[in-house]
Amino acid sequence: MHPSPSVIIFTSLSGLGFGLLVFLGLQMPDVMGFFSFIFFTIGFGLAVGGLLASTFHLGRPERSLKAFKQWRSSWLSREAISAVFTLSVMAVYAVGRIFFDYDIRVLGIVGSIMSLLTVFTTSMIYAQLKSIPRWNTNLTPAYFLSLSLAGGALLAGQVKFCFFLLIISGFVQLLVWVKGDKALALSGTTIGSGTGLGVIGQVRAFEPPHTGTNYLLKEFVHIVGRKHSAKLRIISLILMIGTPILLLSLSFSHLLAALAVISHISGLFISRWLFFAEAEHVVGLYYGKR
Amino acid sequence: MTSLPETTEKKLGLVIDLDTCVGCHACVISCKGWNTENYGAPLADVDAYGKNPEGTFLNRVHSYEVTPKQGTPQVVHFPKSCLHCEDAPCVTVCPTGASYKRSEDGIVLVNESDCIGCGLCAWACPYGAREMDAVEKVMKKCTLCVDRIYNENLEPEDQIPSCVRTCPAGARHFGDFNDPKSHVSQLVSDRGGIDLMPEQKTKPVNKYLPPRQKDTLDEIDILAPLLKPVAEEPNTFIGWINKQLDKI
Repeated sequence: MHPSPSVIIFTSLSGLGFGLLVFLGLQMPDVMGFFSFIFFTIGFGLAVGGLLASTFHLGRPERSLKAFKQWRSSWLSREAISAVFTLSVMAVYAVGRIFFDYDIRVLGIVGSIMSLLTVFTTSMIYAQLKSIPRWNTNLTPAYFLSLSLAGGALLAGQVKFCFFLLIISGFVQLLVWVKGDKALALSGTTIGSGTGLGVIGQVRAFEPPHTGTNYLLKEFVHIVGRKHSAKLRIISLILMIGTPILLLSLSFSHLLAALAVISHISGLFISRWLFFAEAEHVVGLYYGKR
Repeated sequence: MTSLPETTEKKLGLVIDLDTCVGCHACVISCKGWNTENYGAPLADVDAYGKNPEGTFLNRVHSYEVTPKQGTPQVVHFPKSCLHCEDAPCVTVCPTGASYKRSEDGIVLVNESDCIGCGLCAWACPYGAREMDAVEKVMKKCTLCVDRIYNENLEPEDQIPSCVRTCPAGARHFGDFNDPKSHVSQLVSDRGGIDLMPEQKTKPVNKYLPPRQKDTLDEIDILAPLLKPVAEEPNTFIGWINKQLDKI
């Protein structure tokens, strides 16, 4: 898949933002007034910023309100509704804590659960696609949720949770890569099943249908970037998981925490870039590519 | 609603005969022509006369080489367009309801004025049947020429999809798969029509007829061994000159 910046920014930032809102809704950290304002600003900034980035992926962003209609069947629609509902609930909760020193407990808990649900709906947009075997697994929601929670805990300054969640997301990330590398082969979809000619013998793409490129090749067949995937995987793990754990275990200071956050987000961007760049859409098989 | 209909009254679709297709791409051109001049947004070309021309097409012809365990390889031309799947994954993922499958005839269509161009339907389609138009920024796909097949202003023989009407080899057939007596249903049962990527569980309506088994020739000509070999050395004047020139 083409690793388009808008979807990488969207999934990374909104994941972090909603992850932070999960903790804020559960009174972690339990601060009111100005400090609460700062935390909520970061949470809303990331979540809303991510969602805005996603509209750059649209061909017709001016029609984006229509995307709230099909929640019965479409995960993308469910995500849109879930995100707006969550942000509205959390906005009321945040106003209570920031301006009135008052904690509307039920809204915090509902907002927390809904934040998690929103990240889940995002992950299901990708996990539902049979056409991309690497994503079509329960590991995709696990990957999105664990990283969202780990990043949220890091931003919320919940060091104990953060250690635990970072280790879990590192483990999930490794599983995603190991299992993902075998997913296309295990899916059973080949150039032979795609053309139905596999029963006759070995099939090879002889001539493409066109001399130039097209939308399909640009959107779904991304081979160049996979060259450095092994190196990028290691860099991503070090930045996203290893460095934050190391920095947080040294001693707590705002500088170290800030470095841990920067390192985590950089690693997260690389991980998300790989998530898209390494995903093989089966349509590539028709072109003799993967 | 982008939920799929339980059943459809008719099941209109195509049968594509891989044994007959000669790979002339006439269906590609006629499809592009009809669908640019008629219903919906035109199929745009970008840099059409420049160095890197590309464009939107609803139908494309690949060519494959198949090498059997025994025997010689063969080239198979392979036209590919929307298969109008019964369990169309492109329909259910659509957030706006722009992508839908008609309950009356099973045709999968895009309501272009509702399409936000998110591209998720194209991601969901394993066949690459949908292409985002680079100019209109909406999703384009085969309509089964819905503006021809019900168009009574056209002559009866023209009330079929443009690609089928155009195919000079007769490799494309159009009809109702719900009617077991229809031309297309008969072809599928006689020739063992197949689904593409059955493991994706999309239940395509369009069927492909696999190439027939090639016959083998044991002896080219039984009289050949009895024929006199052609003189290897020409005995003409030119032959003499040839020899003399070789000696020099």
